[in-house]
Amino acid sequence: MNRPVDIEVEVERYELIEPARYRFEVERREFMRIFAVMGAGVLVLASVPGSAQESGRTGQQSASSDVSAWVHIDERGRITGYTGKTEIGQNIRTSLAQAIADELRVPLNRVSLVMADTDLVPFDQGTFGSQSTPRMAPQLARAAAAAREMLLDRAAAQWNVDRATLGVKDGQIVGQGHSAGFGEITKGQKLVGAVPAGVSPSPVAQWTSRGTAEKKVAGVDFVTGRHRFTPDITRPGMLYGAIIRPAGYTGTLTSMDDGAARALKGVTIVRDGTFAGVVAPTERLARRAVTSIKAEWSVPSDLASSQTVYEQLKKAGSTGGGRGGAPTMAGDIPAARAAAARTLDASYRIPYIAHVPLEPRSAVAEWNDGKLTVWTGTQRPFGVRTELAEAFRIPETQVRVIVPDTGSAYGGKHTGEFAVEAARLAKAVSKPVKLVWTRAEEFGFGYFRPAGVIEVKAAVNGTGRITAWEFDNWNSGPSAIQTPYDVANRRIQFHQSESPLRQGSYRGLAATANHYVREMHMDAIARALGVDAVEFRLTHLTDERMRNVLTAAAQRVGWPKTSSPDRALGIACGTEKGSYIATAAELSRADKGFKVERLVVAFECGAIVNPDGLKNQVEGSVVQGLGGALFEAIEFAGGKLANGTMAQYRVPRFKDVPVIDVVLLDRRDLPSAGAGETPIVCVAPAIGSAARSFGTVATELPVKLL
Amino acid sequence: MSTYTLRINGQTHQIEGEPNDSLLSVLRYELDLIGSKFGCGEGACGACTVLVDNQAMRSCVARLSAVAGKTIVTIEGLGGNQLHPVQQAFLDAEAFQCGYCTPGMVMATVSLLRTNPTPSEADIARIMDRNVCRCGTYPRIVRAVKMAAERTRNTEGAEVRR
Repeated sequence: MNRPVDIEVEVERYELIEPARYRFEVERREFMRIFAVMGAGVLVLASVPGSAQESGRTGQQSASSDVSAWVHIDERGRITGYTGKTEIGQNIRTSLAQAIADELRVPLNRVSLVMADTDLVPFDQGTFGSQSTPRMAPQLARAAAAAREMLLDRAAAQWNVDRATLGVKDGQIVGQGHSAGFGEITKGQKLVGAVPAGVSPSPVAQWTSRGTAEKKVAGVDFVTGRHRFTPDITRPGMLYGAIIRPAGYTGTLTSMDDGAARALKGVTIVRDGTFAGVVAPTERLARRAVTSIKAEWSVPSDLASSQTVYEQLKKAGSTGGGRGGAPTMAGDIPAARAAAARTLDASYRIPYIAHVPLEPRSAVAEWNDGKLTVWTGTQRPFGVRTELAEAFRIPETQVRVIVPDTGSAYGGKHTGEFAVEAARLAKAVSKPVKLVWTRAEEFGFGYFRPAGVIEVKAAVNGTGRITAWEFDNWNSGPSAIQTPYDVANRRIQFHQSESPLRQGSYRGLAATANHYVREMHMDAIARALGVDAVEFRLTHLTDERMRNVLTAAAQRVGWPKTSSPDRALGIACGTEKGSYIATAAELSRADKGFKVERLVVAFECGAIVNPDGLKNQVEGSVVQGLGGALFEAIEFAGGKLANGTMAQYRVPRFKDVPVIDVVLLDRRDLPSAGAGETPIVCVAPAIGSAARSFGTVATELPVKLL
Repeated sequence: MSTYTLRINGQTHQIEGEPNDSLLSVLRYELDLIGSKFGCGEGACGACTVLVDNQAMRSCVARLSAVAGKTIVTIEGLGGNQLHPVQQAFLDAEAFQCGYCTPGMVMATVSLLRTNPTPSEADIARIMDRNVCRCGTYPRIVRAVKMAAERTRNTEGAEVRR
């Protein structure tokens, strides 16, 4: 759906409901398009009350409208939610539909979602930051609730009965001897409503689908392989593209000998400035053409390596080029340090790591009469639409981005360079073109979780209380940089730096790095003082939710006793994106180090929407955390990645997975927070602190015994 | 260029190609059998797993010249009109998140259960270790494999179309 421009069009409001608090500057024709696609019926718009959307990457802002979702019920009673959020494996196609089903009192299979099609859904900044559950689910629920009320109003008017005597049951409006399906009540009408002020989603006590372990919607399409991810999309007359790349992750094209490729039948070479690619009738031929091209690239000298990068990041961050935010300051650090019984300082290194989504970045692009349609796996469909419009100097109204449910992202699919590339190739040949990045391109031309240097300095008084906490993070990021522990004197600062490798979002952003250092340091202090690591934390914690998860994890793992004498336990806790996590790790000794035998995870994210889906997210997040904790790190030198292949870059596999014991704390009295990210943050420090029982642990990630 | 005869899910196809062309590329981009996924192209992730003469094989590194004339079964060839017990088990155990690795996992499981109908968790981890689930649903996949093993033993010989 196009972002509204400044044309004042009064939205038709359903007369029987209270006037809305907000007037939406959304063009009427936008709704008419929904009706055109979905048929007549009821359409209810929902907006985020009084809040701008979470700021993401740049792009034109959505300032003129705060409509974030809508729900449509057609003449046959079919219910469809529209949202700009994307399904990337976090299961929101199911959990968001659960919210709608509950409010309309229908089973889940009556509800479907149209997601992330920029011609059909309201603007959305993107799917990241664990916002879909806390922000989008309530919007869809409110729209559905408002639709329900509109149907009741309508039925009461049609039957000329007291509205209060009517109810909604199983997709029917019933009461006073009457009964009619949603579709019958709205037959032939095009009703548009906005969510009026005061409509809020049903309380948790009234949840029926929410709170239950509903199965993934369309799960059968995934086990049969029928679901078409972006690389599986085909279009009539479609050709296959491939891009000519330097050997490493950087370089500028200086010359190109494409004679052999030109000799291949049906192959087109596309060169535009520094962009160079091929199009061919088959994927095999496109690959063959690319490998036959001899290209020269100029690669800068003096590029950083994975050895030298840390020094460089710190230098670039702390001198002139640094653009760090102002530090968080509290109390008097020098005085606290001067009065301290002891001080403990440490400096940690955090490497770049890769997302490695199994579905590579890919796109299918098609031009029709100057209008560009692109199917692509991205977390930011509207952001990619902006990228495409800018790249081709066309209005955004001439670009449609459609995101098929995607083979994962983990923060790695915020940009759309592959969409731009596919569109450029398609433009050159005036036919649809599919481009699927190779795994080498994925590593070399995607982006990484930022590397960083984190320094921490703590002072402790004579009674074992932390009195000063200084925390500096260079480049890794500011997420979860604050300490949840009660410390009177604090100085906490993030220093932005210049990254030699392309970097961007990652699951949990820098919360993993910041939790690792903070929790490893809490553990180090507890060890230095000779006190129990759980007790030590509890002494410094007043946040009840944090205390609860920490205590739950400790109890479940049997803290402080290990399950056998040769094993070691470690624990860590934290909070991010409004949810709380504590992780305990049990390790055994292995040949050259240690083996993770068991992870106990206590997690609390408010009211649980889908317990099995949540458990799946927590387990998956923990497994992904194992990679960063145990072996993931990008190695590079001289402009090339040393481990930029699936075989070289080790990700967690079956044999790496320990027993994972998940304890979910359901706080039905609290709003639901997102859960896709937070459970990753305490895996590394739990393992790292346990490993200290076996020897000295390096001040870096992955966790390593010296 | 030569012509290769490929027997896939009971059908015979004549494919023009170079000996080193990958089976996966032909499956996906010429026969539109898109259930086998492209993950890495190195034979290191397992998303493209198919059965070649009943053995699990990474179709992205299986060369046309090596598979010509052999019996190839892809995820599309499982089950017929109803789900194969392995597919049903993955569904019941909700053994996926994004689902991109799922067809490869299913095919690897079918192959595993052919040679070992009663795998232990350690057997499953060892054999399936070549398949990556980046979403980390491994514990659920192990559960699904065990569930499928049990059901397959009870129902005798799950249907695989030839």
